[in-house]
Amino acid sequence: MTPELMQAGTRLKIEHEARLAATASRTESGGRSASYGRLVKHGEPDFTQGVALYLDDITVSFDGFKALNALSLAINVGELRCIIGPNGAGKTTMMDVITGKTRPDAGRASFGSTIDLLRLRENDIAQIGIGRKFQKPTVYEELSVFENLELALAADRRARASLFHRLSGQQLDRIGEILTLIHLKPSAQRTAGLLSHGQKQWLEIGMLLMQDPKLLLLDEPVAGMTDEETERTAELFLSLEGKHSLVVVEHDMKFVDQLTEGRKTVTVLHEGSVLAEGKLADVQANDKVVEVYLGR
Amino acid sequence: MSAVLNSSSDFSLQPRRGLLLGIRGWTGVVAALITVAVLVPVLNLLVPEGSALHLGDYYVALVGKIMCYAICALAMDLIWGYTGILSLGHGLFFALGGYGMGMYLMRQIGRDGQYKADLPDFMVFLNWKELPWTWTLSDSFIAQMLLVILVPGLLAFVFGYFAFRSRIKGVYFSIITQALTYAAMLLFFRNETGFGGNNGFTDFKRILSIPIAQPSTRMVLFVLTGLTLIGFFLMARAIVHSKYGRVLQAIRDAESRVMFTGYDPIAYKLSIWTLSAVMCAIAGALYVPQVGIINPGEMSPAASIEIAIWAAVGGRGTLIGPIVGAFFVNGAKSWFTQVFPEFWLYFLGALFIAVTLFLPNGLVGLYAKLTSRSKKEDKEVRA
Repeated sequence: MTPELMQAGTRLKIEHEARLAATASRTESGGRSASYGRLVKHGEPDFTQGVALYLDDITVSFDGFKALNALSLAINVGELRCIIGPNGAGKTTMMDVITGKTRPDAGRASFGSTIDLLRLRENDIAQIGIGRKFQKPTVYEELSVFENLELALAADRRARASLFHRLSGQQLDRIGEILTLIHLKPSAQRTAGLLSHGQKQWLEIGMLLMQDPKLLLLDEPVAGMTDEETERTAELFLSLEGKHSLVVVEHDMKFVDQLTEGRKTVTVLHEGSVLAEGKLADVQANDKVVEVYLGR
Repeated sequence: MSAVLNSSSDFSLQPRRGLLLGIRGWTGVVAALITVAVLVPVLNLLVPEGSALHLGDYYVALVGKIMCYAICALAMDLIWGYTGILSLGHGLFFALGGYGMGMYLMRQIGRDGQYKADLPDFMVFLNWKELPWTWTLSDSFIAQMLLVILVPGLLAFVFGYFAFRSRIKGVYFSIITQALTYAAMLLFFRNETGFGGNNGFTDFKRILSIPIAQPSTRMVLFVLTGLTLIGFFLMARAIVHSKYGRVLQAIRDAESRVMFTGYDPIAYKLSIWTLSAVMCAIAGALYVPQVGIINPGEMSPAASIEIAIWAAVGGRGTLIGPIVGAFFVNGAKSWFTQVFPEFWLYFLGALFIAVTLFLPNGLVGLYAKLTSRSKKEDKEVRA
């Protein structure tokens, strides 16, 4: 092999690595793309197809009433997707299906491209990285803010492990970080039941972040918040975009507008299926959407 | 933000834990230990009967009995006060533990019964020729004590597994436990079941071949019961102060959030439920040799409801509360049934209503309220 060839080879290799590094920062999968050579890791979702959540033809009926009617939806990795729709459109039922609370009558739901959500229970789904915020803030009222976050901390969830659990310095730092992020550091030792409604919403969001989920489902996260709190929440969610995939169900159009920044996709649900999908401005101009929202 | 926090871990955030109890708490535990293990034995056995300091056998027996009840109330508090699951069937586990001990004590009677036979009297009366299979191990103290723990523990585990897996909660769970203890009572009432029918077991003579009625034996049982109660109290304290204990309280406050955080509530509920049942069973086994009788009446729904009343009167969600409640209600009961025997049940009903209406946190909650108020007044006076 001549020196020239070796030099050329080295140059090509450096260029290749630079290309890889450039793509790695852009995608969740670290620059890798779908191939046959991937290893399936047990309990870990495979995001190399670029899809975080995939719902296909999901149907749920309660006593003949179809809460979800052949709903199909795909959320990309790192995407922030807002979902709007009138009351009874099936938004909360959709979250119930994703988190394992409700079993659909038909259809498929998968997390990444390998994990079938319909075969897992609520706690397993939470463990593989789907966090959910309820419509009504749900925190442990009698425990302190600190303890609420401590329980949400990603750690061994089994009973025996909890019996002998001790917080490490790193874990304390993590709790402190989140406390600062949700502006509850001065209230760390207060009983969570004494917090205001908006603060409880923040605490619940903080608990979700402690879990470090890959996909966050947020059901009306700013209900009951002041304008300032709403704005701060929007900033927080925008800062999470890219690192996590987010699905936000919301009625507050101003908030949705702020989150989508005029370019992201909004999905409109109606009667259990997707009515329209597109940018917020386009969707708001859609005749069908106007009809559904304003009545005929 | 992270730069500020990275320099040193923020330990000021963490509440101080690890000592289990404060100075006052440990003083109380030591005082209780001295009372149970030194004071009562000395005052009862060594101080002569005529002396003003002598503690009568009646009071020793009464306190011994109430300490067994206090263990049950403590067990009830772990499952009800901390985990939010109201069991109205804990009397069943208490009675099963009692029957386990009673079987051993029946065999210890030997040939000293009425019929001078190898078999327990009631079997002779029923004209049985040999022991039923359930009595196979009843001759061995160690085996029978293992059964005291295993039988109620296994029953609680199997029952709990199916109930919690089916997500039976709240009032439905309470009703099913009530039905369970009632069904067991009907079963034990039958002579064919082989546990003495409605008379149960009584007339015990010996334990470990030592006469059961002599003062020193009774005192050993008393001290053992006291030490068990204190031991269980410290164990319960360690449990509720661990992360495991906080998950239990989280299940009580918002079970769905616990599930969506990735915890499997079944494992937590099932473990504390089984532990609680075993605690009751041990209390039952300590109760029977001191009281001298066990019959299916202990499985009656009312007996189980009383355990819940002790916990509620004393104060749920604190560990000292149920112990205080058991002593208060049973102390009042023994006084009332002597002075106004007809009115005891009216008093119990009134007490329960009063506690529900005015003292949601029980007697311990009342005490805490009064002391915090007097502290506040102190401050105001000083200011």
